[in-house]
Amino acid sequence: MKIHTRQWILAGLAITVSQVASAQTTLTIESWRNDDIGLWQEKIIPAFESEHPDIKVNFAPMAPTEYNAALNSKLDAGSAGDIITCRPFDASLALYEAGYLSDLSDMDAMDGFSDVAKSAWQTDDGSVTFCVPMASVIHGFIYNKDAFEEVGVEVPTTEEEFFAALQKFKENGNYIPMAMGTNDQWEAATMGYNNIGPNYWKGETGRRALIDGKQKLTDEVWVAPYATLAKWEPYLGDGYEAQTYPDSQNLFTLGRAAIYPAGSWEISGFNELADFEMGAFKPPVRQAGDTCFISDHTDIGIGMNAASENPEAAKTFLAWVGSPEFASIFGNALPGFFPLSDTPVELEDPLAKEIVGWREQCESTIRSTYQILSRGTPNLENETWGASVAAIKGTETPEELGAKLQEGLNSWYTPEN
Amino acid sequence: MHRTKFRWHIVIFLTPAALVYTAVMIFPLFNTLRLSFYNEVGQERLFVGLENFRTLFLDPIWSTQFWNALANNFRFFIIHMLVQNPIGVLLAAILSHPRLRCAALYRSAIFIPTILSFVIVGFAWKLILSPLWGIAPNMLDAIGLKSLFEPWLGKEAYALTTLALISVWQFVGIPMMLIYAALLTIPEEILEAAEIDGITGSSAFWKIRLPLILPALGIISILTFVGNFNAFDLIYVTQGALAGPDFSTDILGTFLYRTFFGFQLQLGDTYMGSAIAGAMFAIILLGVCVYLFGIQSRMRRYQL
Repeated sequence: MKIHTRQWILAGLAITVSQVASAQTTLTIESWRNDDIGLWQEKIIPAFESEHPDIKVNFAPMAPTEYNAALNSKLDAGSAGDIITCRPFDASLALYEAGYLSDLSDMDAMDGFSDVAKSAWQTDDGSVTFCVPMASVIHGFIYNKDAFEEVGVEVPTTEEEFFAALQKFKENGNYIPMAMGTNDQWEAATMGYNNIGPNYWKGETGRRALIDGKQKLTDEVWVAPYATLAKWEPYLGDGYEAQTYPDSQNLFTLGRAAIYPAGSWEISGFNELADFEMGAFKPPVRQAGDTCFISDHTDIGIGMNAASENPEAAKTFLAWVGSPEFASIFGNALPGFFPLSDTPVELEDPLAKEIVGWREQCESTIRSTYQILSRGTPNLENETWGASVAAIKGTETPEELGAKLQEGLNSWYTPEN
Repeated sequence: MHRTKFRWHIVIFLTPAALVYTAVMIFPLFNTLRLSFYNEVGQERLFVGLENFRTLFLDPIWSTQFWNALANNFRFFIIHMLVQNPIGVLLAAILSHPRLRCAALYRSAIFIPTILSFVIVGFAWKLILSPLWGIAPNMLDAIGLKSLFEPWLGKEAYALTTLALISVWQFVGIPMMLIYAALLTIPEEILEAAEIDGITGSSAFWKIRLPLILPALGIISILTFVGNFNAFDLIYVTQGALAGPDFSTDILGTFLYRTFFGFQLQLGDTYMGSAIAGAMFAIILLGVCVYLFGIQSRMRRYQL
């Protein structure tokens, strides 16, 4: 505690001194990653500031669920920070179209990213890029290695093995087979439906076909994942209906659950909390030998507030974010957020390394609902949350859910061809 | 003829408050109502008349959500009326009993939740009721009733009732205080006179005290009505903006928030949001008018 106080006093002094010096520009970053505030303040910002002593950076995050709404209001009111952390696809596209984000297409740093990486922050025709891609997250399952050894369960690769493993944990009774709740809804959709789904709809093939109108949400490949989710229900903990996302995280890190349907962003938090060894397996395929597909979702980009008073400093910062140096700091400081730059980054964390290795073995895709399909009302992503929960609880059949979602989509979306 | 001098000081004293109130309450209210008649087509704002309201009430996608939220809101309100206010009256009656000891202590203890933040109340109850770490399952277990425990906040059938009861727990202090105050104003002579006429005990309460506190009950009902139809915080804190499970706890406030500010991938829609806000305003106005003209003006008042 004493050290903390001293640090605060020093920080206070530093602020005072810098205000006296006052030749500095201060950049404020808007972000939803309040979990990462420590890493930004201890690693990323000092690295940048040591190279650019004339620019001060202030990382000002808020809660993920409030971010979009709060950011929109701040931009409307003209009180948003200089640097905007970009959600993928339409949320940011709308901001660009409304003139809140600057066009960054001609920045040199953009050349270091693949088209897939940039696609999440481009206009539909790909002519303008308005955010620098920062990181993607990969879905899969994180498991408790000790529990697997204790109960004698093999790491599953097919669906059949997966349910056999869950059944074994249930019979053993020492562990909750799978830590997931439906209270917050998004877990069921993001870590459930969009985690296992790509193996059904064959990744990009299915996702594109859905956007082009060649497939419907009532097709088998889109309905079957709901049927599989329904089979998860007996393996979730008691009272999973009221179990929240933090509850699930705690259940797993306390060693009370064996398997955690995950996004790779959990890694750094889990490393700190769990005192057992963790491993990861990719979403099980339907039949042995099938090609595997993973959700490698472009999740974070970073852009510039068009109304920023310090555009030069902001561009300097963004150029640095696009550099391999940042990718290496970021990738290792936040294992589980995988840099998108073309230059490969050597990751140190074993769990992160394992997960990012799936990129070599499987086909990557992004979450099915994010591009274009969540533009209208009803919002397909939000509807998918409810549908995934309903599937798990068994309140509606997979076919009914598919029909309902497609009907909602039809009400505002007509494929172009 | 001596004309009374215009009393400027009244204007001067009223102006600051009137200006502030206009700027932060009246102007935003009317501007929101104005916005509900517009919509954005392309990047332009166009006057669309009642189109937004037509969408809200008739378009199946919007109207199912709206009627669901409104129905939930009525349930929320009815639970308050049936539970909060009778308990408030009961507590006030007990507190005003002359021989009750430590009345001040009880009074404060019951009133304290009212001054707590929604966030604290929401999170505290969420923890208490948590099937994983909560004390509610353990407490029920201790008295052998574990089988009665359910993950209430996660079940469509119970979630709204649970939240309403949490809200009742928080706010029961307000009707209690108002009625307690009303009970204290009843002069002893009336009660004594009644006693001489043979009206004592509970019949004294029903025949003498209750009619005398009816106006206070009316005020409490209308406060509950306005408070409940503007409610938002508790639901948002415990269940999030999607008011799960499956929108079973969605009330007008959360519906408005989701529409106006957007949620996750859903972008905010200022115009439909304003339309919902307009509808809420109309519902509350209607409710207050029904009370003012239909009930309050007919209520019998007794000169004490």
